[in-house]
Amino acid sequence: MFMKLHQWAETNAFALLVLSFIVVSVGGLVQIVPLFYLDNTIEKVEGMRPYSPLELAGRDIYVREGCYTCHSQMIRVMRDEVDRYGHYSLAAESMYDHPFQWGSKRTGPDLARVGGRYSDDWHVAHMHNPRDIVPESIMPAYPWLAETPVSTDLIAQMMTAHRRTGVPYTDEMIENAVLDFRTQENPDAGDVDALLARYPKAQARNFDAQPGVSELDALIAYLQMLGTLVDFSTFEPEASR
Amino acid sequence: MSDAVKIAGWGLLILFFAMGANWGTDVAYRFHAILLMVVCATMFIWSIRTAGSGPKDPDGPVPETGYMDGVVRYGVIATALWGVIGFLAGVYIAFQLAFPMLNWDLPWTSFGRLRPLHTSAVIFAFGGNALIATSFYVVQRTCAVRLWGGKTAWFVFWGYNLFIVLAATGYLLGQTQSKEYAEPEWYVDLWLTVVWVAYLLVFLMTIVKRKEPHIYVANWFYLAFIVTIAMLHVVNNLAVPVSIWGSNSVILFPGVQGAMVQWWYGHNAVGFFLTAGFLGMMYYFIPKQADRPIYSYKLSIIHFWALIFLYIWAGPHHLHYTALPDWAQMLGMVFSIVLWMPSWGGMINGLMTLQGAWDKLRTDPILRMLVVAVGFYGMATFEGPMMSIRSVNSLSHYTEWTIGHVHSGALGWNGMITFGALYYLVPRLWNRPALYSNALVSWHFWLATIGIVLYAASMWVGGIMQGLMWREIDDQGFLVNSFIDSVAAMHPMYVVRALGGTMFLLGGVIMLWNLWKTIAGEGAARTQHVPAE
Repeated sequence: MFMKLHQWAETNAFALLVLSFIVVSVGGLVQIVPLFYLDNTIEKVEGMRPYSPLELAGRDIYVREGCYTCHSQMIRVMRDEVDRYGHYSLAAESMYDHPFQWGSKRTGPDLARVGGRYSDDWHVAHMHNPRDIVPESIMPAYPWLAETPVSTDLIAQMMTAHRRTGVPYTDEMIENAVLDFRTQENPDAGDVDALLARYPKAQARNFDAQPGVSELDALIAYLQMLGTLVDFSTFEPEASR
Repeated sequence: MSDAVKIAGWGLLILFFAMGANWGTDVAYRFHAILLMVVCATMFIWSIRTAGSGPKDPDGPVPETGYMDGVVRYGVIATALWGVIGFLAGVYIAFQLAFPMLNWDLPWTSFGRLRPLHTSAVIFAFGGNALIATSFYVVQRTCAVRLWGGKTAWFVFWGYNLFIVLAATGYLLGQTQSKEYAEPEWYVDLWLTVVWVAYLLVFLMTIVKRKEPHIYVANWFYLAFIVTIAMLHVVNNLAVPVSIWGSNSVILFPGVQGAMVQWWYGHNAVGFFLTAGFLGMMYYFIPKQADRPIYSYKLSIIHFWALIFLYIWAGPHHLHYTALPDWAQMLGMVFSIVLWMPSWGGMINGLMTLQGAWDKLRTDPILRMLVVAVGFYGMATFEGPMMSIRSVNSLSHYTEWTIGHVHSGALGWNGMITFGALYYLVPRLWNRPALYSNALVSWHFWLATIGIVLYAASMWVGGIMQGLMWREIDDQGFLVNSFIDSVAAMHPMYVVRALGGTMFLLGGVIMLWNLWKTIAGEGAARTQHVPAE
């Protein structure tokens, strides 16, 4: 019986194609579709907000330079990881990451909670040459970041594209994108309170201590906010996890 | 009439890409626009020069066999060249990890940009060209018909290699969507989709018009590989472009959903691109080179359906102990372990095909390569399920052990079986009685094998060491090692790994030389004089 059926599939190219396609579809459907509906994968955790324009620009630089090839942003639920890096990562903490930056390899340490761990000066020196700070480091140096200005031309368009994928950027946020971008790097240039109202806990200061918004400013702004949005002193995991 | 349309079409495309070069918002996009402009200009001039000469088959007159082998020949050359380029990139970044000054403090040569270049070059350029070339060769022989679709096969070859060039140059200029093994940006993805649909059509329709009553088992695997990669590629790369005049796009799925989709794709790039497709190669080249029939027909049926059904579930084992729900992790683990069975079913079917021909291993270095490839396949598909067990994975994940595992599969299985297939194909495609030198094949075999052993062993030792150092806790309950201690401890392992990679690369260069001399018709490959046809 089975061999009869197989003989049919084996002599009919379209049957073979369709059967194969059905067989390979099952696993993905079962594993992926529920993640869009289950409580603990679509939960909202207090403190999470979309990236500010400057942080978003920094994140693009993080992606562009392939930082994810060596750094994870996903602290697993194991004692040594929690001791080393902090509270284990929640699904909600990457809910605005398109795409996620969990990574798969730790040639360097995890960065999910690197925000606030080092000073801005440390980052500036480290990006200029990691071995000036950590002699054993094998990280590439990124001296060009400090010298390259970030253009604001695309920032509003970028946020609009993120909104199309479901990130809740409001019209107000998009209208003020360039202003917020500049204000976060130079608090004298605009209204910091308005920035903080739109992006709570955003850190506004001149990150690289140089005039103008460089790629280094944006990248450090991004690194310094990683893992700082959720307050784990008051966070209580739901019983379901 | 059709000439005029063609010339006008190329002209319009030149105009369009000129607009792209002018309005592009980033350097990678502008570079690609200029590159495509040059390609179209070449085609434009070529169309004008050949206008009025009527349709011409680039293959020349159909040979006696009736097969379309020109495109296979190009594919074989592309495979060998891209292979050496990909290995070279790998060796280079391996040395960067041992000696970071090799990053040169420049954007285009830093590890983060070269690593995707290496992975894409070996998987998609070397592996992809090998799959396209061998599938076109095998499907014609096993169906006893010429490829369907005339010049479509040439479109697949050139289109696919254009995709490779766009992807590779994009990485160097900072264009990536940061999804591993799916780094190319939206317009490159769209182009690949077009090429891939053409590939599916050529392959499927060639099977449809076959003269053999049954579809040969190698073609089941090729077909499943092509259709599954189409599904994975489209879903995983769904994105909203920021502007049609720029590289950037925003991936549709966020966070945990995105991670699941990515590793559903990522693991099945391994499962279908690097396994199912290459099993198609195994099912043709091993029986041919050993001159024996496949060991078991029933086993091939069972392991085919089991393999393609089970593989697709294995993705979540890349996400153990993360924010992915436990039930999904558990499914990923269980299916990965069950997957061991069909994987070894395939290995047994390949190895046992040598029943009654084992003595050939002593004298035939090509068969030796093919068989060792299947041996590495068996080892890698045992190691994989083991590493997918959650408690093992808690140690191995994020470490170099994973890198060692991948390379014992990629270098040992994909590399070796491709080398064997190339050595098999070149004399036949260029009509030479033999390879230039069998001794050089032996050199290649041993350099590659010892290189793989050095690579895998150093990464096993290094990876397990990293995992243990990270979790070591003293009797006071404090972590013993800082992260940088584990980096410093890796240095000798990184050096050994780079040396192993260098040996593998050297083997590849020897292969290039040997194939080149074979095509040139020197040494044993000297063409015997035959009466004019």
